[in-house]
Amino acid sequence: MRFISDISHKRVPCYRVLDDDGELMTHTNHVQVSKEMAVRMYSEMVTLQTMDNIFYEVQRQGRISFYLTSMGEEAINIASAAALSSDDIILPQYREPGVLLWRGFTLQQFAHQCFGNTNDFGKGRQMPIHYGSNKHNYFTVSSPIATQLPQAVGAAYSLKMDGKSACAVTFCGDGATSEGDFHAGMNFAAVMEAPVIFIIRNNGWAISTPVEDQFRSDGIVVKGQAYGIWSIRVDGNDALAVYSAVHTAREIAIKEQRPVLIEALSYRVGHHSTSDDSTKYRPIDEIEYWKMERSPVNRFKRWVERNGWWSEKDELELRSSVRKQLMHAIQVAEKAQKPPLEDLFTDVYDQLSSNLEEQERLLRKDIEKHPKDYPSDVPL
Amino acid sequence: MSTCVKRLGKWVSLVSKRGLSTSSVQKDASENGVKSLNLYSAINQALHIALDTDPRAYVFGEDVGFGGVFRCTTGLADRFGKNRVFNTPLCEQIVNEAAKFRYRSGNQFNCGGLTIRTPYGAVGHGGHYHSQSPEAFFCHVPGIKVVIPRSPKEAKGLLLSCIRDPNPIVFFEPKWLYRLAVEEVPEDDYMTPLSEAEVIRQGCDITLVGWGAQLSIMEQACLDAEKEGISCELIDLKTLIPWDKETVEASVKKTGRLLISHEAPVTGGFGAEISASILERCFSRLEAPVARVCGLDTPFPLVFEPFYMPTKNKSKIMVGKWICSVHVEFYNVIDDDDDDDDDND
Ligand SMILES: Cc1ncc(C[n+]2csc(CCOP(=O)(O)OP(=O)(O)O)c2C)c(N)n1
Repeated sequence: MRFISDISHKRVPCYRVLDDDGELMTHTNHVQVSKEMAVRMYSEMVTLQTMDNIFYEVQRQGRISFYLTSMGEEAINIASAAALSSDDIILPQYREPGVLLWRGFTLQQFAHQCFGNTNDFGKGRQMPIHYGSNKHNYFTVSSPIATQLPQAVGAAYSLKMDGKSACAVTFCGDGATSEGDFHAGMNFAAVMEAPVIFIIRNNGWAISTPVEDQFRSDGIVVKGQAYGIWSIRVDGNDALAVYSAVHTAREIAIKEQRPVLIEALSYRVGHHSTSDDSTKYRPIDEIEYWKMERSPVNRFKRWVERNGWWSEKDELELRSSVRKQLMHAIQVAEKAQKPPLEDLFTDVYDQLSSNLEEQERLLRKDIEKHPKDYPSDVPL
Repeated sequence: MSTCVKRLGKWVSLVSKRGLSTSSVQKDASENGVKSLNLYSAINQALHIALDTDPRAYVFGEDVGFGGVFRCTTGLADRFGKNRVFNTPLCEQIVNEAAKFRYRSGNQFNCGGLTIRTPYGAVGHGGHYHSQSPEAFFCHVPGIKVVIPRSPKEAKGLLLSCIRDPNPIVFFEPKWLYRLAVEEVPEDDYMTPLSEAEVIRQGCDITLVGWGAQLSIMEQACLDAEKEGISCELIDLKTLIPWDKETVEASVKKTGRLLISHEAPVTGGFGAEISASILERCFSRLEAPVARVCGLDTPFPLVFEPFYMPTKNKSKIMVGKWICSVHVEFYNVIDDDDDDDDDND
């Protein structure tokens, strides 16, 4: 009789391509990245970082109600997006706006959503950062944790049934892996042989809960195997490693019609959101260390610079141009009209139902009688 | 919520589809024939038609592959293949996900015409989980429609409408009627409109409103009341949300009295919603308070089922009292009721 022990004595290794100084490591293979691609990846990482900094400040000034940054996870965001095709369907958690950015969602569109104005595709109904765009194959963010995982399997199964050469890609954090939906999704994917990639951002924290309190396994990568899913652990702060892993996972998912799990190790450098102060539960030194020395943006920059593809002049130009675009976008979004009152009632069903029609009629009557009780900036 | 959703988990099957196909239906024996069918066979026929007329329709859920506990999905996997009809380990995302998918994305995404089929209601031996009626819970989640058929013919027509409706719908199938209810069911592809109530019996003294299996109980109460000279109008609501207020309103304006009956617990049941809405619309025309004959506010109790149930006689007595009652006597009348109405089976 032999029990399998709780943990094998060797931890699953972490796939890396660039070392901490942005030097290519010896003895690792990776998918080649062209100059053009590398420069674009770096530029989008900087854009995401700048957007986070500015929107965070705008929230602190009380101009938007909420914000949440992706700081420290720029490589996971941008490098995974770069390795995918625009036909692949994304089902995000909420810390992956870089994927949408990569796909062409403009800074103006991000700003419109955060201000909840009439140009927001979501019609001002959800909190800031709940982006979504059908045109970009990017499902709208939903607050409940992990619900996107089984949905991604359904989306992948539909791609499979339609014979499409594309996969579904879903993201979640380490905290999400404790939800029932994570397990349902993984099991469902394996059994249905669905072409779906699970990208798990193991960033050490789920709000104030550290991974030590989240699970006792060797991270998340081992859970994939338990469900019968090909899995890999990568350094999530190494853009080339993330790119290579996602690129290869996509080939496996589509050619072999099966799910793949990627555990990307990283660190949540920002507070969980603007409702959180993470210095209350973790040392400032730790945050600073990951922000500066382990920054995925700086590491990738060193590699791009070393190749002679990027100069200090490029850097200054890019940062100032993104800043300007953002300031302009925010001004425009802030001035734009709120969504009209009818948007309160539409889309509950495909057509306005009779009970909602009645309620809209009564509400409009009341607004007519007591206009002072209602905000004046919502078009009637 | 987890209780009722878990309970659904055991039996639910889902049908997902997009768009409406007009391709012709496969006809078995008789062209446009009519066949005597029970309710589960009518549902089975509707599912065959749905899969046949739309290549993007799927049936999945627990046990649907082999036909389901109630045999509703029999033969589907053989005919349409395991890729379209398959068993799944289920997880529910009805309230936070399916219901809000369209609204939260500003109509950019939707959950693709999802219909969730689930049995509900008493069977004489079900107990807490297998006999409950959680329809009001789902009626309180904007974005979901709730539909309940009363008979095999209705079940087929309503189910096809649900499957072809672009919104998520919870379709409650009266467990009691799966085998028991038999009626002539057209074999062809037909749809019974949603959000349209039906007056199934005309009358002028009182309006009775119900849905699902409860209608046959109410029909008997109507017949009994008729012998005593009381003329009852009986309405099958069919779609609970969005519901057909106009039909109920018109009837109550005519009769001046309303009785609602459902198996689900009386407090917070959908009867309360109907009562409130009709009071708003018909206050000056009502000649008596709105009456509710419903289940008790207990979990569905196995051995006490006959006590729990809103039986024919409970309805009949209420109908009688409501016709005779003078408003001032109202509360006394209710007290009297408690002793004499439990002579049910
Ligand atoms: C079902 C559910 N439970 C709890 C929450 C509250 N909540 C919001 S974010 C979060 C932490 C998620 O952490 P993780 O998955 O690690 O992602 P991260 O924020 O680190 O990117 C929690 C618990 C929620 N939104 N949904």
